[in-house]
Amino acid sequence: MKNITRLGAVSALSLIIGASAAFAENIKIAFIDPLSGPFASTGTNGLHQFEFAVDHMINEKGGILDGQNMEIVAFDNKISPKESLIQLQVAIDQGIRYIAQGNSSGVANALTEAIDKHNRRNPDSRVLFLNYAAVDPALTNEKCNFWHFRFDANADIKMDALTDVMVQNPDIKKVYIIGQDYSFGKAVAAAAVDMLGKKSDIEVVGNELHPIGKVKDFTPYARKIVSSGADAVITGNWGADMLGLGKSVIENGFEGPIYTYYAAGSGITAAFGESGKDKIRLIAQGGINPIATEEARETYEAFEAKYPDGNIDQSRIFNVIGMLSKAIEEAGTADDVVAVASKLEGMEYDSMWGGKLFMRPQDHQLIQDMHVGVHTDENIEFDYDKSGFGVLTESTVEMASMDSPTSCEMKRPE
Amino acid sequence: MDLILVNLIDGLVTGLLLFMLSAGLTLIFSMMGVLNFAHASFYMLGAYFAYQISIALGFWMGLLIAPLIVGVMGAGVERYGLRRVHKYGHVPELIFTFGLALLIEELVQFIWGKNQMPYQIPDALNFTAFAISGNSIPAFKIFMIFISVSIFIGLLFVLTKTRVGMIIQAALSYPRTVEALGHNVPLIFMGVFGVGTALAGVAGVIAGPVLGTFPGMAFVLGSIVFVTIVIGGLGSLWGALVASLLIGWITTFAKSYNIAMSDILNGIGLSTPENLDDSVFRDLWTVTSPQIADILPYILMVLILIFRPYGLFGKRDA
Repeated sequence: MKNITRLGAVSALSLIIGASAAFAENIKIAFIDPLSGPFASTGTNGLHQFEFAVDHMINEKGGILDGQNMEIVAFDNKISPKESLIQLQVAIDQGIRYIAQGNSSGVANALTEAIDKHNRRNPDSRVLFLNYAAVDPALTNEKCNFWHFRFDANADIKMDALTDVMVQNPDIKKVYIIGQDYSFGKAVAAAAVDMLGKKSDIEVVGNELHPIGKVKDFTPYARKIVSSGADAVITGNWGADMLGLGKSVIENGFEGPIYTYYAAGSGITAAFGESGKDKIRLIAQGGINPIATEEARETYEAFEAKYPDGNIDQSRIFNVIGMLSKAIEEAGTADDVVAVASKLEGMEYDSMWGGKLFMRPQDHQLIQDMHVGVHTDENIEFDYDKSGFGVLTESTVEMASMDSPTSCEMKRPE
Repeated sequence: MDLILVNLIDGLVTGLLLFMLSAGLTLIFSMMGVLNFAHASFYMLGAYFAYQISIALGFWMGLLIAPLIVGVMGAGVERYGLRRVHKYGHVPELIFTFGLALLIEELVQFIWGKNQMPYQIPDALNFTAFAISGNSIPAFKIFMIFISVSIFIGLLFVLTKTRVGMIIQAALSYPRTVEALGHNVPLIFMGVFGVGTALAGVAGVIAGPVLGTFPGMAFVLGSIVFVTIVIGGLGSLWGALVASLLIGWITTFAKSYNIAMSDILNGIGLSTPENLDDSVFRDLWTVTSPQIADILPYILMVLILIFRPYGLFGKRDA
């Protein structure tokens, strides 16, 4: 008995030492996103996917460089730009070199400015900004900088692909555009009006913004949409705003397709359930159904085993980790972010979710395949929220907006 | 014209839902002088409990049982929490309810997670009751109206026509005298608190499937409930009803019609500045009614506080 205790104590001690030794050399990524408040579910699910991606793709395979592990450090920004800047400072003070953020372009705009300023003033503690979901086009156009990399397609690219698909549907003659009242919502609306005007004679019968995260009941908006006679709705809404709007529009008698950016996962798919079948459509990168590769299937199954309630609804997070680790390997260092950023620029990468990825060097916008999928329970291998419902890819635009113009004038460090 | 009727119905649903929350809150406030910050949290608990019960026993049992559980919890909070804090004055009471609200939100996240819950409208009510020129009115909304109106009538009856109601009303204004007459005032307080929170629970049960069941649902509705009881007059059931309906209709109509501020300003004789981008009042000129719909109740509250501080139906002088 005594021996067993001693053995246990020794092995526990060695575990602690082992863990702390590995801990000291971890490459840390600061995850700055909402982990409380109305958008907590979106942020928390993103965090789980990051943590899983790092463990599954890097740490369990022996780490990178000389066996260094990657680690995600979570910071709650309560979706406030001001809070995010405080958390950014805390992360930098802890010696973290990589910042991941995605929810809200308002936050991303504040972060990219602050990081640019910080990197100019503190060449010894520069950081990279891995933007995995904030899609305001300005971030890779007039507000672009060398430190910012966007792994999601921006709102213009998504809208370009989405409108390509929409104009092929002869039933759509009138469209209603509705979104959250901030930079991203406005960018979606502007892109939709612009591209529908260029590509077709589809009429925009409504174009409006509502306060973000504050609307209790979307019924009045749904009434306007129905009475406008629209055949389709376009919205960039996310989180509780997406579910509230979608449910209300469907309940109040709208029959046509609802084209969305973010109506999946985080409980939204389950909550729509049968009512949203064949109505909710999604424009996104990285389709899950049908799954692209065996590696992706194995990854998804491992994720489900670890987070039975979770979904991989932002598969680009795995691309972020894959591309970052490749860049770090190629640069041979994780501390010199200029070297890592130079490797990320222009990188071509084969995603396990299908297709080629290309980090466009002139604006640091990732170019990738875009898919329009439908919310359904038929032919779904990987459902969301354990609901039986998921997103099935209907059409694909390859390397969407590869040659789209950018106003970015990239200033590279000397 | 058709749309006006539809909006009237939608506003009525929103207003009555608000009423179920504010009715309990206004009674609790006038009786104990406690602004119960956790009131909307009980609304959230109602929705979550009902969702959990509906999985096992169906929606109708949820509607029956969930408010009871919430009411008992509310009574427990009054008996073992508020009553102990009461002797230290109002500020500790406020802080207590505030902390309770945070606690309940964290607890809900701990148990159910941060995701939206798939709490659905029961199949028996999942159809279109009728349609007005393409705008369908779901049967569930009619059901919501029915439930809240019956609760209002029931409350009004109990408060004005029964012995219990008379004692409650007396205890509202003269608790010491009522106590001296041999009534158990602390028990009445506990009962009112329990019933008030149970009402919030009912609101949660029937609002959950429509407005979404998620940890932020209390936060989204929290402040507007206080605005309602201030506008209506503290302690007045009629005031709570009128204010709730007023807020429901104001916000619904403001969102349904795109009234632009520039039209109003032009209407009163001001001309739009030629170069809006340079104008300091650019935001004022470009604002539309849907954008400010949700702050209109707050503006109304400020006006009420200035011109009629005791609210529309309040009896006490401020």
